[in-house]
Parts: sequence; structure tokens; C-alpha cells
Amino acid sequence: MQLLNDVLTQYNLLTAFVFVGLLMFAAEVASQRLTGGRIHPSAIAIAFGLLLAGLAGWYSGGTKGVADVPLLAGTGLLGGAMLRDLSIVATAFSVRADEFLRNGLWGALSLALGLFTSFATGAVIAWLCGYRDAVSITTIAAGAATYIVGPVTGTALNASSDVIALSVAAGLVKAVTVMLITPFVASAIRLDTPRAAMIFGGLQGTNSGVIAGLAATNPQLVPYGAMTATFYTGLGCLLGPSVVFLTVRAVLAVVGGQ
Amino acid sequence: MVIYGTALLAACLLIGTVVGRALGQTLGLNSDLGGVGIAMLLLIGGISWLRQRRLMPTVTESGIQYWSLLYVPIVVAMAASQNVMGALSGGLVAAAAGTVPVAACFLLTAALIRMAEQGRD
Repeated sequence: MQLLNDVLTQYNLLTAFVFVGLLMFAAEVASQRLTGGRIHPSAIAIAFGLLLAGLAGWYSGGTKGVADVPLLAGTGLLGGAMLRDLSIVATAFSVRADEFLRNGLWGALSLALGLFTSFATGAVIAWLCGYRDAVSITTIAAGAATYIVGPVTGTALNASSDVIALSVAAGLVKAVTVMLITPFVASAIRLDTPRAAMIFGGLQGTNSGVIAGLAATNPQLVPYGAMTATFYTGLGCLLGPSVVFLTVRAVLAVVGGQ
Repeated sequence: MVIYGTALLAACLLIGTVVGRALGQTLGLNSDLGGVGIAMLLLIGGISWLRQRRLMPTVTESGIQYWSLLYVPIVVAMAASQNVMGALSGGLVAAAAGTVPVAACFLLTAALIRMAEQGRD
């Protein structure tokens, strides 16, 4: 038993392949038996993954989901930025380049609109929740963009650590929500063409949410959504501590604040 | 050889990430600006360049294709290593700030998609 444990821990990437394989299989069975194939197996597998990540976080007190369990540490490598980005770029293999160019303008428009909407609604919510200083409001609004824009903006503005933690939490809620909701609303909003996927990626922006949401909807759309979403976090980090902060401060000067 | 495909793919991501980070740094950000997008464009360009010169046999392609097929399991692994407790521990403010913008952006997505489709007709 000790020997098995040693091998599984030492070869943790292989253990992760087996773990994810079993998870996918369980999701496929659940999709067929429980939903008659109506809910895509990928959506169920992602929900299982999130559920296990929550349980692991509760059990270990860590921040990396099941990757905090030594036996499953390889899951962190398999699902980490390096291999994730490698496989996303690889999906460009089956992509039609002209779709990117033809829809570039829609992508740019949705990026601008998506960032504006997230910052604005995030700032209003921070205000409604009782925050009155420009630094905290901007940081929480930045968290409503992504869980990277939040802490980057908060750090640049010298926000307090609990507000920064809050912005990370808001961004995580956003990523999880997009992952879980997208497959259910996809047909209602007609998210079924490369152009629609580019618009979706620019508006929601959260990389992990967009990628997982599209993967659970139609894997062929993933590269198009990833193409626009990849610019979102960087642009958010650019605008958060500058334009958004100045705007929030100017608005506060009018409506009253500190 | 299969490694040529994987090497091309990895090289594109490395270059894309360097360019994305350099772009971010030039703008004074501690963040990557479009690295994955740049890498995808490099790969698309690289593949079509090689295909035109007949330097892209099926075996080489399979070194890229394998990774693109592995993409859903990798996303599941990513979901399983998210800080879900962190999301739950943020309380009401985080819940509201994380879900209201998503709802607003879904409505806008629907509106923009409709506009885009009308523009095409």
C-alpha cells in the first residue's frame, strides 16, 4: 500500500491522467444515464472537477483544489497555465484563419464593451455594499473583470489585503459561474458560430471561464473565444489602476465619498 | 517526425508568451497581453507556410493534433485545481460582484451576436 502510494505520488502527472480519465468516464456515464445525453459530458466533468476542488480546499485548507492533495498534485501541472495554453494554441490547428480576420472588429468591440460593463457593474456593487473609497471600489470592480485584474489593480493602488482578497474571490466566482452557466444558455443566445464565440470571449473575458464554458458547449468554438479572451486580462490590468481609478474618483467627487 | 509538430507548437507558445509579456512590460503592466492569441496566429501562419512547401506530413501534424484533442481533459484538470473555497469564502460582495457582471455580459453577448448576424444578412 505504501509502495503504491509512493509510486502514485512520485509519478504524479501519470496519476493525474488516470484521475482525469476516470472523471471524464464518470461524467460520460452520468450524462447518458441521468440526463439522456442532454447535458454535455464535458460540462458535467467540469462541474465534478469544481466540486472536488471545493471539497479538497475545504479538507486541505489550500488554494489549488485537488492539486493540494499530494497524490493528485499532478492535476495542478496538467491543468496549469503551461499545458493549458499549449493545448489551446494547438486547437488553432483546425481553425480557419480568415474567421479571425473577418471578425476582428467584433472581437475588439466586445472586448471594450465587456471590460466597461464588468468594471461599471462591479463598481456599483461595491458602492451598494458600503464601500466609499476610490481604491477599494476600483479594486473590487477590477475583481469583477478577472481574478488576475483584481489583485494587480489592488496592488498598484495600495488597497488593503482584505479588499484584494475580496477581488480575487469575485473573479473566482465569475470564472466558476461562466464555466457552469455557458452550456445552458448557449443555444438561447445563439452561441454557435466562430464570430459568436469571439464576441462571447471578449465580453466575459475570464480565460478559464470562457475556455471551459465553450469546451462544454462546442469544443470547436474554443480557439475563437480564447483568441479574444486572451487580451482581456492584459487590457484590464492596463485600464484598472489608471482610467478606471480616475473615473471612479471623479464620480465619487460628484456623488460624495472620501 | 512527430516531435517536429510538437516542437513547432511549443515554440509558437514560447514566442507568443515572450511577446505578450514584453508588450505588457512596455505598457508598465505586470501581465501578459495576448500571448496565447499571438501564439495561435504564429501557429496558423507556420502551418500554412509549411503546407505550401509540402513540409507538413501527417505524422508531423499529429504532434500538434494530440495536444488539441487533449484539450477538454486539461480543462477538467484546470477546473479541479481552482480555488473554489476561495470563491465561496468571499461572501455576498464577491458573489454579487462575480455574478451580476456575468449576467449583464451574457445579455450583451446575445445582443451583439444578433447584431453581428443581422450585419451579415
